[in-house]
Amino acid sequence: MSIEIRNVTKRFGSFLALDDVSLQIPDGSLTAVLGPSGSGKSTLLRIVAGLEQPDAGEILLSGEEATAVSPQRRDVGFVFQHYAAFKHMTVRDNVAFALTIRKRPKQEIRDRVEELLELVQLQGFADRYPSRLSGGQRQRMALARALAAKPRVLLLDEPFGALDARVRAELRDWLRRLHEEVHVTTVFVTHDQEEAMEIADRVAVFDHGRLEQVGAPAELYDTPASEFVLRFVGDAVRLGSALVRPHEIVLRRWPSDGAVEVEIERIAVLGADARVELSDGDGDRLSARLRRDEFEDLDLTRGEIVWATASASHRDAKAQQTLR
Amino acid sequence: MGVISTFLTVIVVLPIAALVWESKRDGTHAFWQTISSPEAVGALKLTFGAALIVALTNGVLGTITAWVLVRDEFRGRSLVNAVIDLPFALPTIVAGLTLLAMYGPNSPAGIDVAFTRTAIVLALCFVTLPFVIRTVQPVLIELDMEMEEAACSLGAGRLAVFRRIVLPNLLPGILSGVVLALARALGEIGSVVLVAGSTTHTEVASVFVYNVIQDGLAAEASAVAIVLLAAAFALLLTVGALRFFVTRHERA
Amino acid sequence: MPRRLGLRAIALGYLLVILLAPLGMVFYRTFQHGLEPVWRVLSDHYTVHAFEITLIATALAVPLNTVFGVLCALAIVRRRFRGKGLLNAFIDLPLAVSPVVIGLALYLLYGRTGWFGPWLQAHGIQVLFALPAIVLATIFVSVPFVAREVIPVLREQGNEQEQAAATLGASRWQRFWRITLPSIRWAVIYGVILTTARCLGEYGAVAVVSGRIEGKTETATTLIDDMIQNFQNGDAYAVAVVLAAIAVLVLVLMTVTRPKEAL
Repeated sequence: MSIEIRNVTKRFGSFLALDDVSLQIPDGSLTAVLGPSGSGKSTLLRIVAGLEQPDAGEILLSGEEATAVSPQRRDVGFVFQHYAAFKHMTVRDNVAFALTIRKRPKQEIRDRVEELLELVQLQGFADRYPSRLSGGQRQRMALARALAAKPRVLLLDEPFGALDARVRAELRDWLRRLHEEVHVTTVFVTHDQEEAMEIADRVAVFDHGRLEQVGAPAELYDTPASEFVLRFVGDAVRLGSALVRPHEIVLRRWPSDGAVEVEIERIAVLGADARVELSDGDGDRLSARLRRDEFEDLDLTRGEIVWATASASHRDAKAQQTLR
Repeated sequence: MGVISTFLTVIVVLPIAALVWESKRDGTHAFWQTISSPEAVGALKLTFGAALIVALTNGVLGTITAWVLVRDEFRGRSLVNAVIDLPFALPTIVAGLTLLAMYGPNSPAGIDVAFTRTAIVLALCFVTLPFVIRTVQPVLIELDMEMEEAACSLGAGRLAVFRRIVLPNLLPGILSGVVLALARALGEIGSVVLVAGSTTHTEVASVFVYNVIQDGLAAEASAVAIVLLAAAFALLLTVGALRFFVTRHERA
Repeated sequence: MPRRLGLRAIALGYLLVILLAPLGMVFYRTFQHGLEPVWRVLSDHYTVHAFEITLIATALAVPLNTVFGVLCALAIVRRRFRGKGLLNAFIDLPLAVSPVVIGLALYLLYGRTGWFGPWLQAHGIQVLFALPAIVLATIFVSVPFVAREVIPVLREQGNEQEQAAATLGASRWQRFWRITLPSIRWAVIYGVILTTARCLGEYGAVAVVSGRIEGKTETATTLIDDMIQNFQNGDAYAVAVVLAAIAVLVLVLMTVTRPKEAL
């Protein structure tokens, strides 16, 4: 099912959470909504689910106006950051919930729950209560629960936000594979750019309630539409008047047109790469990332003066212009 | 919403309104005349004095008890913990009777305080016992022991740890408990009526109000009742303010 | 260690002097002449009737206050409306104000000269000095307990579980019965126990509005008072022991159902 968000605005008191946002999410896609906290991304997801009402604008599901439809009739699966597990029910009853209230036949419910528990690898846990599951297991249970009634859209609000790094990495991988298997239109909200870039095939970047850019991960990285996107997606440092990626910095031992004179403050070799911390004439610091062979050819030492330029040749000239 | 406000209006608000209206009907002059009669003044003084003593006693002993229940370990601790709620469960008139059995004319311990002011204090201590304990206990359970250990490692002695770390954290809880106990003690009748009787020397405000009603003088009774009502409101506001003050840091 | 023992001694000693010794004495006094006199008092017509009145009032007050308490807690925690502070204050009022004052307030409302008095009299409805007044007083004094227990639990739970249920297709009604109510059930039960205890033990408000007519509007608690006034101490102990036994049962139930620190 495709989702269309048209000119949606939402305020909480005097706080503008969403400012005239329009976004199209194609059927079957896996889209990440990325932004810092307070950027409005969770609010957008909750509006799509019907858990919040927009002050202006509309939501279309499969091309049909759905703004006034209550969450219980939207046919969406929603996964909450803190799982929202039904604490008084077993894992089985949690997963079966959507089917139970739809009064499906017992046998059908049993089979579907078995199938889902297998999908989320919780077969042995059906009779446990959520309090006896780990965070990762609870989140997988919440996913199974959301998928039970075969929703047309799966919405995940910071699904891995409360988990530790190792479990996060595991679940990311798993969500990607799940999407390939189930192929339901999926939107997930995250503040972690790495997570968004890794899992999603499309990323929408939000800041201060506005949609900054939407596109494939590589597109955002290579041709950011704004300074915010450049800074937020991947690392960025300021070289002279321009913002560049650390790996785009080229160091030379002689001055050239537009090159900035810098002093080497610290050197760290990180396997295949080397990080060189620099300070310019104004005392501003920046760090450059060099390939190991490049770095060794230069034979740099601490305290030396060198000249830095950016090799942004591959970047769209127009985008560069808007940045400057 | 409609159900809630209708229920509350019929059950609580209307009677209170009738009481306030009645006390004002004959004007402020009549009100002051009733309230300043020696009997009324005596009863109110006794009530507020006894309630204050009781609230403070429970402030100290209740805090100690809560500490013992949380930090000390001994056999039967959970039993003692359960017994704390007895005054909530026991009808007040029965509480009065138990005290009469133990500290009345036939006291097995040879202590007969029936119909004295000591008996009033004893009865009020009984019924208000759980308040301070039950407000301090959860705070003490939540209180991070590491904070005290940190203070110790910084060279604080036991007394300094208590005064500078434990007490400031417990104080809002203790105060809420004391205020609740005070409110309860001011209005108590059931436990007091048997052990204190109604001699002029031991007549607390609620017993005074009761006796005046029995004499058929509801208007006179309402004057003293208004004082008790106002005190109850003021104390409720105090508890609300304390709660607001405590959660202020957490909300910021 | 001696300090710790000292504090323990103070705490336990205080409980012994104030609570346990007096309670034990009542049981001892009641049964010192055996069971037979106790049974005679308890099977007396007036005693049975007094307990009946108490039970009727409790049976009416507890369900009403349970429904009201749950609705009230939901409104206070989940909704925004004007006058929420006022609602909060009025719910707590019965906890803080003297039962005698409550009794007087009802007396003034339903009495002969009260606001509703003349109308009630004209229609031949007896409220004051009759069962209705006893019931009203009992409801009034036990209003807050369920709401007070449920509110913190609802606050802590948030409403994410209800939102999740909504996205899974549950209607309002289904959300209430399947999610909200089960997750507050222990708090409700605890509140009901407290409400019951308060109803059974109410004295001050009932004493004012019941008229204490023997065999008619006497309740268990006012009966104890009257027995003492008539120097029938032994009889009073027998009635009190029944109420005390109920209180101990209540205490056991409270301990079993006390809302746990963490689920």
